[in-house]
Formats: sequence, structure tokens, C-alpha cells
Amino acid sequence: MSIDATPSIARRGLADRLLRRGPLEAIATTIIAVGVVMLMQPLSLTLYSWSFATTLFGTVMFTIVSKVRE
Amino acid sequence: MNELSASSRITYRAVMVRPGVARRIRGLSDRTLAWLFITPTIVLLLAINIFPLLWTIYLSFTNYRANRANVPTIWLGADWYQSILTDPDIWAAMQVTAHFVIWTVVIETVLGFGLAYLIDKKFRGHGMWTTIILLPMMLSPAVVGNFWTFLYQPQIGLFNYVVAFFTGRAASSFQMLGDVTLSPWAIVIVDAWMWTPYVMLICLAGLRSIPDYIYEAAEVDRASKWRQFWSITLPMALPFIMLAVLFRGIENFKMFDMVNLLTGGGPGSTTEVASITLKRAAFESWRTGYSSAFAIILFVTVFGLANIYVKALNKVKSR
Repeated sequence: MSIDATPSIARRGLADRLLRRGPLEAIATTIIAVGVVMLMQPLSLTLYSWSFATTLFGTVMFTIVSKVRE
Repeated sequence: MNELSASSRITYRAVMVRPGVARRIRGLSDRTLAWLFITPTIVLLLAINIFPLLWTIYLSFTNYRANRANVPTIWLGADWYQSILTDPDIWAAMQVTAHFVIWTVVIETVLGFGLAYLIDKKFRGHGMWTTIILLPMMLSPAVVGNFWTFLYQPQIGLFNYVVAFFTGRAASSFQMLGDVTLSPWAIVIVDAWMWTPYVMLICLAGLRSIPDYIYEAAEVDRASKWRQFWSITLPMALPFIMLAVLFRGIENFKMFDMVNLLTGGGPGSTTEVASITLKRAAFESWRTGYSSAFAIILFVTVFGLANIYVKALNKVKSR
């Protein structure tokens, strides 16, 4: 019983740590920043082509996760 | 009635209100009253902000042209987005924008922080110098664009004479606005001249928010001025600097008026920032659907950056 319980507590702990507003907002912010860099970089047209999708994804993610509990 | 005092007049008017209306108003809940007050604002916001945004999103999926409004509108799906995001010319405009944004933000931040650091020392006449430094920020971009056009004139412009004085080159030997290499720097110089005071103000607020006792404790620990700067001043002013960087970054990403007045995107397309490309597509080529899609791409980018800005602002507020 105790052997089964330990991993579930560990899993819940990890989920609790990750599914909070702070880390999720940080991830969304990073995605937005990457999207903006992709939009303006002079190296690859392919990166430029995917920049809008990346920024949009980051922005939508930020809007959603800003409603997640603190 | 004229002989009545002010309080008596108010009482008289209150009595004159029909009891039925008064009862109805008194019967409204706080929530309803709140809605009554904010409804005009919400309606205005919907009319001038939300509706145009939704309409632009719709137009970005169609072949609509504003100069041919009678032509039937055809749904094109994401064709315009695909076209813009694979167009090397638009990509080039984005790189011009990047050059403008990066260099203006770097120069404005370094100079702005430096000026704020000096002003914070509260030397004799620092108030007067603060006012003088803030003057460019108070001017209209149209005015700034016009008079810098004169300053950059190769024959009569003061800028060329100053450069000639320091470098020994002939004043008429170079054109800041007509040269392919120099014109991107010409717009950077003007923006830095105009907006460095703004960055200075934000940095000054950051520097003034650092309590004196921290420096006193550092003095007791015999920390050098250099050490105090790196360990106290810079880390504590950093959220404010970040705020200034984000604000100027967002503003310059959207820059239109000043660049349009100075160079109009030329020579060629060397200073054609994204907003000028957008204006040309919308009001010179009349490709309304295409320019709507381009506007939405720029909007999402600015909205994303604004999210980061709000996050940084909350961090500053929590201090």
C-alpha cells in the first residue's frame, strides 16, 4: 500500500508545482518572445513563416494560463 | 424661492421628484446601478475597439478592396496570411523594423539610464536640466520629423555641419536621408533624441525608489562605489529598465509617423518599417484584405509583447 502511494504523491506534487500560474506564464512569455525573434530574424525564411503561429500560440496560452490559480 | 438657502433648495428639488421614480431608483440593486454606469463605456469600447478588430479579422480572410466596395466579397481562407508569411519583401520590412527597434532601444536605454543616474545625484540646477532634457519628448512626432528633415539637409542642415566640424569631412559630402547606408541610422538618431528622456524618467523613478539605508549599510561594509552600483543600483533598478525596454520596443515596433515624415520608407525600401509597408498595401495598392491580414499579424505580435509588458509591470508593482 505504502509502495503504491508514494509515486502518486510524487506525481501530484510535480503536477502542483507545474500547473501554477507562475511557471505557465513564464513558459507562455518565452514562447511569445521566441515568436517575435522568429518574426524579425534575418537568417531563415522558414522560421519567419512559423513566427506568427508561434506568437499566436504563446499569446493564447498566456491569456488562458493567466486565469489559472496562483 | 430666491430667498431660500442652498440646502433648502436641494430639499425642495428632492421633494419635487416624483415618488414613483424615486422608489424605482431606490429599488435598483448595487449591481444594476454599476451596470447602468458602465454600460455607456462598454458600448463605446465595443463600437470603437472591438467591432473594428473583429471586422478586420473578417476582412483578412476575404478579397475585399476598399476602393471597389461594390465587387462581391469572396472568402479566401488563410491565403493572405500564407502570402505574407512567405513573402521575402515583407520579411525584409520586418528586418528593417528589427534594426530600428533594437538600436533605438539599446541607445535609449543606455543613454536614458546614464542621464537618470546623473540627474539622481541632485547637483545644483538639476531641476532645470531635467526640464531641458525632457523637452524633445513633449514635441509632436510631426514637428520632430519636419525639423529633423531640415537639420539633415546636406547644404543647409546643422547636423551635417556638426559632423563636418568633428570629422573633417565636407558637410555636403554625405546625405543622412538620401544614403542607403546612413538613412536607417538617421531615423534611429531622431527616435533616440526624442525618446531617451522618456526612458530617463522611468529609470529615474527606479533609482529614486531605492532606499538610502541600503547604501548606508553598504558604506558601513566599505563597499566601493563600483560595487554598490553593480550590487545595489542596477539590480534594484532593473525591473524599471525592463519596463522602459518593453515600452519602447512595443512603441517602435508600431512606429509610423516620424519615419514616414523623415524618409517615407526610402531611399528604395531601406527604411520601410512594417507600418509603412502596411500603409502602402492599404491606401496605395488598396489591398484591404491583404493589409488586414498584415495588420492582424502585427497586432498579435504587439499583443504578445504587451502581455510580457503587463507581467513586468506587475513585478514592478509588487516591489
